Amino acid sequence: MKTLKLFVALLVLVGTTAFTADKGGYKVGDIATDFELENIDGKMVSLSDYKDAKGFIVIFTCNTCPYAVAYEDRIIELDKKYADKGYPVIAIMPNNTDVKPGDKMEAMQARAKAKGFTFPYLMDKGQKIYPQYGATKTPHVYVLERTKRGNEVKYIGAIDDNYQDASMVNTKYVEEAVDALLDGKEVPTTETRAVGCSIKV
Amino acid sequence: MSCKKEAKTPVASTNTKETVSGNKKNYDNLPFEVYDYDGLAPLINKEDDKIHVVNFWATWCAPCIKELPYFEQIGDTYKKHNLELLLVSLDFPRKYESKLVPFLEKHDLKSTVVALDDVDQNRWIPAIDSTWSGALPATIIYKNGKRKFYERSFTYEELETEIKEFIN
Repeated sequence: MKTLKLFVALLVLVGTTAFTADKGGYKVGDIATDFELENIDGKMVSLSDYKDAKGFIVIFTCNTCPYAVAYEDRIIELDKKYADKGYPVIAIMPNNTDVKPGDKMEAMQARAKAKGFTFPYLMDKGQKIYPQYGATKTPHVYVLERTKRGNEVKYIGAIDDNYQDASMVNTKYVEEAVDALLDGKEVPTTETRAVGCSIKV
Repeated sequence: MSCKKEAKTPVASTNTKETVSGNKKNYDNLPFEVYDYDGLAPLINKEDDKIHVVNFWATWCAPCIKELPYFEQIGDTYKKHNLELLLVSLDFPRKYESKLVPFLEKHDLKSTVVALDDVDQNRWIPAIDSTWSGALPATIIYKNGKRKFYERSFTYEELETEIKEFIN
Protein backbone atom coordinates (compact mmCIF):
# COMPACT_ATOMS: atom_id res chain seq x y z
CA MET A 1 0.00 0.00 0.00
CA LYS A 2 2.80 2.35 0.96
CA THR A 3 4.60 1.59 -2.28
CA LEU A 4 1.44 2.26 -4.22
CA LYS A 5 0.95 5.60 -2.48
CA LEU A 6 4.53 6.56 -3.21
CA PHE A 7 4.09 5.53 -6.81
CA VAL A 8 0.96 7.62 -7.17
CA ALA A 9 2.68 10.57 -5.50
CA LEU A 10 5.58 10.22 -7.92
CA LEU A 11 3.22 10.05 -10.87
CA VAL A 12 1.47 13.22 -9.73
CA LEU A 13 4.85 14.91 -9.24
CA VAL A 14 6.06 13.93 -12.69
CA GLY A 15 2.73 15.02 -14.10
CA THR A 16 2.79 18.49 -12.55
CA THR A 17 6.44 19.04 -13.41
CA ALA A 18 5.72 18.19 -17.01
CA PHE A 19 2.82 20.61 -17.08
CA THR A 20 4.83 23.39 -15.47
CA ALA A 21 7.64 22.94 -17.94
CA ASP A 22 5.23 23.03 -20.85
CA LYS A 23 3.33 26.26 -20.45
CA GLY A 24 1.03 25.10 -23.21
CA GLY A 25 -2.58 24.85 -22.20
CA TYR A 26 -5.41 25.71 -24.53
CA LYS A 27 -5.37 28.15 -27.37
CA VAL A 28 -8.46 29.69 -28.86
CA GLY A 29 -10.08 27.06 -31.07
CA ASP A 30 -8.99 24.10 -28.93
CA ILE A 31 -11.53 21.74 -27.39
CA ALA A 32 -11.56 22.05 -23.61
CA THR A 33 -11.73 19.00 -21.41
CA ASP A 34 -14.77 18.27 -19.31
CA PHE A 35 -14.21 17.37 -15.66
CA GLU A 36 -15.92 16.01 -12.63
CA LEU A 37 -15.12 18.21 -9.65
CA GLU A 38 -16.63 18.59 -6.21
CA ASN A 39 -18.82 21.61 -5.65
CA ILE A 40 -19.21 23.45 -2.34
CA ASP A 41 -22.49 21.56 -1.77
CA GLY A 42 -20.66 18.22 -1.93
CA LYS A 43 -22.08 17.26 -5.33
CA MET A 44 -19.90 16.49 -8.31
CA VAL A 45 -20.23 18.86 -11.27
CA SER A 46 -19.38 18.33 -14.93
CA LEU A 47 -19.96 20.54 -17.94
CA SER A 48 -21.97 17.68 -19.46
CA ASP A 49 -24.52 18.08 -16.61
CA TYR A 50 -25.67 21.29 -18.26
CA LYS A 51 -27.90 19.84 -20.95
CA ASP A 52 -29.23 23.19 -22.19
CA ALA A 53 -26.05 25.23 -22.01
CA LYS A 54 -24.78 26.88 -25.19
CA GLY A 55 -21.41 27.30 -23.57
CA PHE A 56 -19.66 28.21 -20.35
CA ILE A 57 -17.77 30.95 -18.61
CA VAL A 58 -15.12 28.91 -16.81
CA ILE A 59 -13.26 31.04 -14.25
CA PHE A 60 -10.27 29.87 -12.26
CA THR A 61 -10.53 31.86 -9.07
CA CYS A 62 -9.99 31.60 -5.33
CA ASN A 63 -10.64 33.16 -1.94
CA THR A 64 -7.16 34.34 -1.16
CA CYS A 65 -6.08 36.42 -4.14
CA PRO A 66 -6.89 40.14 -3.94
CA TYR A 67 -7.38 40.29 -7.70
CA ALA A 68 -9.85 37.43 -7.55
CA VAL A 69 -11.65 39.06 -4.64
CA ALA A 70 -11.77 42.36 -6.54
CA TYR A 71 -13.68 40.55 -9.28
CA GLU A 72 -16.11 38.54 -7.13
CA ASP A 73 -19.04 40.88 -7.58
CA ARG A 74 -18.42 41.09 -11.31
CA ILE A 75 -18.29 37.29 -11.54
CA ILE A 76 -21.67 37.08 -9.80
CA GLU A 77 -23.04 39.66 -12.25
CA LEU A 78 -21.74 37.63 -15.19
CA ASP A 79 -23.59 34.56 -13.97
CA LYS A 80 -26.79 36.50 -13.32
CA LYS A 81 -26.64 38.02 -16.78
CA TYR A 82 -25.63 34.98 -18.80
CA ALA A 83 -26.72 31.78 -17.02
CA ASP A 84 -30.28 32.17 -18.31
CA LYS A 85 -28.98 32.92 -21.78
CA GLY A 86 -27.12 29.61 -21.83
CA TYR A 87 -23.67 30.65 -20.60
CA PRO A 88 -23.42 29.83 -16.89
CA VAL A 89 -20.35 30.69 -14.83
CA ILE A 90 -18.38 27.68 -13.58
CA ALA A 91 -15.82 28.74 -10.97
CA ILE A 92 -12.89 26.45 -10.23
CA MET A 93 -10.48 26.90 -7.31
CA PRO A 94 -7.09 25.64 -8.54
CA ASN A 95 -4.75 26.28 -5.59
CA ASN A 96 -3.03 23.67 -3.44
CA THR A 97 -4.87 24.11 -0.15
CA ASP A 98 -1.85 22.93 1.85
CA VAL A 99 -0.10 26.07 0.62
CA LYS A 100 -3.22 28.23 0.84
CA PRO A 101 -5.38 26.98 3.72
CA GLY A 102 -7.65 29.97 3.08
CA ASP A 103 -8.81 28.19 -0.06
CA LYS A 104 -9.89 24.96 1.64
CA MET A 105 -13.35 23.58 0.91
CA GLU A 106 -14.78 24.97 4.17
CA ALA A 107 -13.37 28.41 3.33
CA MET A 108 -14.77 28.18 -0.20
CA GLN A 109 -18.17 27.30 1.24
CA ALA A 110 -18.02 30.22 3.65
CA ARG A 111 -16.97 32.67 0.94
CA ALA A 112 -19.66 31.48 -1.47
CA LYS A 113 -22.29 31.82 1.22
CA ALA A 114 -21.14 35.25 2.33
CA LYS A 115 -21.07 36.61 -1.21
CA GLY A 116 -24.12 34.70 -2.40
CA PHE A 117 -22.46 32.87 -5.28
CA THR A 118 -25.11 31.82 -7.79
CA PHE A 119 -22.78 29.43 -9.59
CA PRO A 120 -20.83 26.28 -8.75
CA TYR A 121 -17.51 26.85 -7.00
CA LEU A 122 -15.49 23.72 -7.61
CA MET A 123 -12.34 22.37 -6.04
CA ASP A 124 -9.69 21.28 -8.55
CA LYS A 125 -8.76 18.42 -6.28
CA GLY A 126 -5.37 17.02 -7.17
CA GLN A 127 -4.84 20.09 -9.40
CA LYS A 128 -5.40 18.11 -12.58
CA ILE A 129 -7.72 20.42 -14.50
CA TYR A 130 -6.09 23.85 -14.43
CA PRO A 131 -2.85 22.64 -16.10
CA GLN A 132 -4.84 21.18 -18.98
CA TYR A 133 -6.52 24.55 -19.51
CA GLY A 134 -3.19 26.30 -19.09
CA ALA A 135 -4.44 28.60 -16.35
CA THR A 136 -1.53 30.30 -14.60
CA LYS A 137 -3.26 32.65 -12.21
CA THR A 138 -6.44 33.71 -10.50
CA PRO A 139 -8.66 35.05 -11.89
CA HIS A 140 -8.22 33.46 -15.32
CA VAL A 141 -11.22 33.12 -17.61
CA TYR A 142 -12.03 30.66 -20.41
CA VAL A 143 -15.18 31.24 -22.43
CA LEU A 144 -16.25 27.99 -24.08
CA GLU A 145 -18.83 27.43 -26.79
CA ARG A 146 -20.56 24.09 -27.00
CA THR A 147 -20.08 22.75 -30.51
CA LYS A 148 -20.44 19.35 -32.14
CA ARG A 149 -16.74 18.78 -31.59
CA GLY A 150 -17.00 19.60 -27.90
CA ASN A 151 -16.56 22.72 -25.79
CA GLU A 152 -14.49 25.01 -27.97
CA VAL A 153 -12.30 27.69 -26.38
CA LYS A 154 -13.42 31.07 -27.69
CA TYR A 155 -11.80 33.50 -25.29
CA ILE A 156 -8.96 33.39 -22.75
CA GLY A 157 -7.97 36.09 -20.32
CA ALA A 158 -9.34 38.84 -18.13
CA ILE A 159 -12.91 39.71 -17.23
CA ASP A 160 -12.49 43.36 -18.19
CA ASP A 161 -9.85 46.06 -18.45
CA ASN A 162 -9.96 47.61 -15.00
CA TYR A 163 -9.27 45.44 -11.97
CA GLN A 164 -9.27 48.43 -9.64
CA ASP A 165 -12.65 49.91 -10.30
CA ALA A 166 -15.64 48.27 -11.95
CA SER A 167 -17.15 51.67 -12.70
CA MET A 168 -14.10 52.73 -14.72
CA VAL A 169 -14.11 49.74 -17.06
CA ASN A 170 -13.84 50.55 -20.75
CA THR A 171 -14.04 47.08 -22.27
CA LYS A 172 -15.87 44.12 -20.75
CA TYR A 173 -13.95 41.41 -22.58
CA VAL A 174 -15.96 38.43 -21.32
CA GLU A 175 -19.32 40.10 -21.94
CA GLU A 176 -18.22 41.10 -25.44
CA ALA A 177 -17.17 37.54 -26.14
CA VAL A 178 -20.39 35.95 -24.88
CA ASP A 179 -22.58 38.57 -26.57
CA ALA A 180 -20.81 37.87 -29.85
CA LEU A 181 -21.30 34.11 -29.45
CA LEU A 182 -24.99 34.59 -28.63
CA ASP A 183 -25.32 36.69 -31.80
CA GLY A 184 -23.44 34.10 -33.86
CA LYS A 185 -20.63 36.57 -34.48
CA GLU A 186 -16.87 36.40 -34.17
CA VAL A 187 -15.48 37.15 -30.72
CA PRO A 188 -13.88 40.60 -31.10
CA THR A 189 -11.00 40.09 -28.65
CA THR A 190 -10.01 36.47 -28.17
CA GLU A 191 -7.12 36.85 -25.74
CA THR A 192 -6.14 39.36 -23.08
CA ARG A 193 -3.60 39.54 -20.28
CA ALA A 194 -4.10 40.62 -16.72
CA VAL A 195 -2.19 40.50 -13.49
CA GLY A 196 -3.22 37.77 -11.11
CA CYS A 197 -1.94 35.59 -8.30
CA SER A 198 0.08 32.63 -9.50
CA ILE A 199 -1.71 29.35 -8.92
CA LYS A 200 -0.20 27.76 -5.81
CA VAL A 201 1.25 24.30 -6.39
CA MET B 1 -5.52 86.76 -14.45
CA SER B 2 -3.17 88.60 -16.71
CA CYS B 3 -1.40 86.70 -19.36
CA LYS B 4 1.06 89.45 -20.05
CA LYS B 5 3.30 88.66 -17.18
CA GLU B 6 6.63 87.45 -18.26
CA ALA B 7 7.16 83.79 -17.76
CA LYS B 8 9.30 83.11 -14.78
CA THR B 9 12.77 81.93 -15.49
CA PRO B 10 12.70 78.20 -15.02
CA VAL B 11 14.47 77.20 -11.86
CA ALA B 12 17.18 74.66 -12.49
CA SER B 13 16.09 71.37 -11.10
CA THR B 14 18.02 70.29 -8.07
CA ASN B 15 16.56 66.86 -8.43
CA THR B 16 19.44 64.55 -9.24
CA LYS B 17 17.18 61.61 -9.92
CA GLU B 18 16.86 60.40 -13.44
CA THR B 19 14.35 62.23 -15.51
CA VAL B 20 11.50 60.21 -16.83
CA SER B 21 9.67 61.00 -20.03
CA GLY B 22 6.53 59.05 -19.13
CA ASN B 23 4.02 59.80 -16.47
CA LYS B 24 4.76 59.94 -12.83
CA LYS B 25 1.64 59.88 -10.78
CA ASN B 26 1.05 62.32 -8.01
CA TYR B 27 0.60 60.86 -4.60
CA ASP B 28 1.40 62.80 -1.47
CA ASN B 29 4.01 61.68 1.00
CA LEU B 30 4.75 58.25 -0.33
CA PRO B 31 8.31 57.01 0.15
CA PHE B 32 8.37 55.66 -3.42
CA GLU B 33 7.54 56.85 -6.90
CA VAL B 34 4.38 55.72 -8.66
CA TYR B 35 4.40 55.34 -12.43
CA ASP B 36 2.15 54.30 -15.24
CA TYR B 37 3.68 51.97 -17.84
CA ASP B 38 5.11 54.79 -19.94
CA GLY B 39 6.81 56.12 -16.86
CA LEU B 40 8.14 52.70 -15.89
CA ALA B 41 9.38 51.68 -19.35
CA PRO B 42 12.62 53.76 -19.29
CA LEU B 43 13.46 52.29 -15.88
CA ILE B 44 13.33 48.73 -17.18
CA ASN B 45 15.04 49.33 -20.51
CA LYS B 46 18.33 50.97 -19.61
CA GLU B 47 21.47 50.56 -21.66
CA ASP B 48 24.20 51.44 -19.21
CA ASP B 49 26.38 48.31 -19.05
CA LYS B 50 24.87 47.38 -15.69
CA ILE B 51 23.05 44.18 -14.86
CA HIS B 52 19.48 45.08 -14.01
CA VAL B 53 17.22 42.85 -12.01
CA VAL B 54 13.58 43.95 -12.05
CA ASN B 55 11.19 42.07 -9.80
CA PHE B 56 7.43 42.51 -10.05
CA TRP B 57 5.82 41.81 -6.69
CA ALA B 58 3.08 42.82 -4.27
CA THR B 59 2.66 42.67 -0.51
CA TRP B 60 -0.34 40.34 -0.98
CA CYS B 61 1.66 37.86 -3.07
CA ALA B 62 3.04 35.21 -0.70
CA PRO B 63 5.66 33.72 -3.06
CA CYS B 64 6.84 37.26 -3.82
CA ILE B 65 7.39 38.01 -0.14
CA LYS B 66 9.20 34.73 0.27
CA GLU B 67 11.73 35.52 -2.46
CA LEU B 68 12.22 39.21 -1.64
CA PRO B 69 15.09 38.55 0.80
CA TYR B 70 16.91 36.61 -1.92
CA PHE B 71 16.63 39.58 -4.25
CA GLU B 72 17.85 41.92 -1.55
CA GLN B 73 20.75 39.61 -0.86
CA ILE B 74 21.62 39.37 -4.57
CA GLY B 75 21.47 43.15 -4.83
CA ASP B 76 23.93 43.43 -1.97
CA THR B 77 26.29 40.64 -2.98
CA TYR B 78 26.52 41.63 -6.63
CA LYS B 79 26.66 45.38 -6.21
CA LYS B 80 30.37 45.15 -6.99
CA HIS B 81 29.47 43.54 -10.31
CA ASN B 82 27.44 46.60 -11.22
CA LEU B 83 24.09 45.02 -10.49
CA GLU B 84 21.05 47.20 -9.89
CA LEU B 85 17.86 45.94 -8.38
CA LEU B 86 14.44 47.47 -8.92
CA LEU B 87 11.37 46.23 -7.06
CA VAL B 88 8.16 47.11 -8.88
CA SER B 89 5.14 46.83 -6.60
CA LEU B 90 1.77 45.97 -8.09
CA ASP B 91 -0.10 46.63 -4.88
CA PHE B 92 -3.50 48.23 -5.30
CA PRO B 93 -3.13 52.04 -5.07
CA ARG B 94 -5.70 52.18 -2.30
CA LYS B 95 -3.43 49.87 -0.29
CA TYR B 96 -0.27 51.97 -0.70
CA GLU B 97 -0.64 53.63 2.66
CA SER B 98 -2.20 50.79 4.61
CA LYS B 99 -0.07 47.91 3.30
CA LEU B 100 2.89 48.88 1.16
CA VAL B 101 4.31 51.73 3.26
CA PRO B 102 4.18 49.74 6.52
CA PHE B 103 5.72 46.75 4.76
CA LEU B 104 8.62 48.82 3.47
CA GLU B 105 9.15 50.36 6.89
CA LYS B 106 9.03 47.02 8.66
CA HIS B 107 11.41 45.24 6.32
CA ASP B 108 13.71 48.18 5.70
CA LEU B 109 14.31 47.19 2.07
CA LYS B 110 17.62 48.39 0.67
CA SER B 111 16.58 48.17 -2.96
CA THR B 112 14.82 50.82 -4.96
CA VAL B 113 11.06 50.36 -4.82
CA VAL B 114 8.59 51.90 -7.25
CA ALA B 115 4.91 51.20 -7.76
CA LEU B 116 3.20 50.59 -11.08
CA ASP B 117 -0.33 51.95 -11.24
CA ASP B 118 -1.70 51.30 -14.71
CA VAL B 119 -5.00 49.51 -15.23
CA ASP B 120 -4.42 48.86 -18.93
CA GLN B 121 -2.77 45.54 -18.19
CA ASN B 122 -3.59 44.08 -21.56
CA ARG B 123 -1.25 46.68 -23.02
CA TRP B 124 1.68 46.64 -20.62
CA ILE B 125 1.88 42.95 -19.68
CA PRO B 126 2.71 41.83 -23.24
CA ALA B 127 4.86 44.95 -23.68
CA ILE B 128 7.02 43.88 -20.73
CA ASP B 129 7.28 40.36 -22.12
CA SER B 130 5.33 38.56 -24.81
CA THR B 131 5.27 35.35 -22.76
CA TRP B 132 4.03 36.87 -19.49
CA SER B 133 0.54 35.67 -18.61
CA GLY B 134 0.35 38.24 -15.82
CA ALA B 135 1.00 35.97 -12.84
CA LEU B 136 3.17 37.23 -9.98
CA PRO B 137 5.97 37.03 -9.13
CA ALA B 138 7.78 37.84 -12.35
CA THR B 139 11.35 38.96 -12.95
CA ILE B 140 13.42 40.51 -15.71
CA ILE B 141 17.19 40.27 -15.77
CA TYR B 142 18.89 42.33 -18.45
CA LYS B 143 22.14 43.95 -19.42
CA ASN B 144 22.14 46.21 -22.46
CA GLY B 145 20.63 44.06 -25.25
CA LYS B 146 20.64 40.75 -23.38
CA ARG B 147 17.38 40.12 -21.63
CA LYS B 148 15.63 37.22 -19.90
CA PHE B 149 12.13 37.08 -18.45
CA TYR B 150 10.93 34.70 -15.74
CA GLU B 151 7.32 34.07 -14.72
CA ARG B 152 8.28 32.05 -11.64
CA SER B 153 9.65 32.15 -8.10
CA PHE B 154 13.32 31.92 -7.22
CA THR B 155 15.44 30.51 -4.45
CA TYR B 156 18.68 32.36 -3.76
CA GLU B 157 20.71 29.73 -5.59
CA GLU B 158 18.44 29.74 -8.62
CA LEU B 159 18.59 33.50 -8.83
CA GLU B 160 22.37 33.51 -8.44
CA THR B 161 22.70 30.96 -11.25
CA GLU B 162 20.77 33.27 -13.56
CA ILE B 163 22.75 36.34 -12.49
CA LYS B 164 26.03 34.59 -13.21
CA GLU B 165 24.98 34.19 -16.81
CA PHE B 166 25.04 37.97 -17.08
CA ILE B 167 28.46 38.42 -15.52
CA ASN B 168 31.40 38.14 -17.84
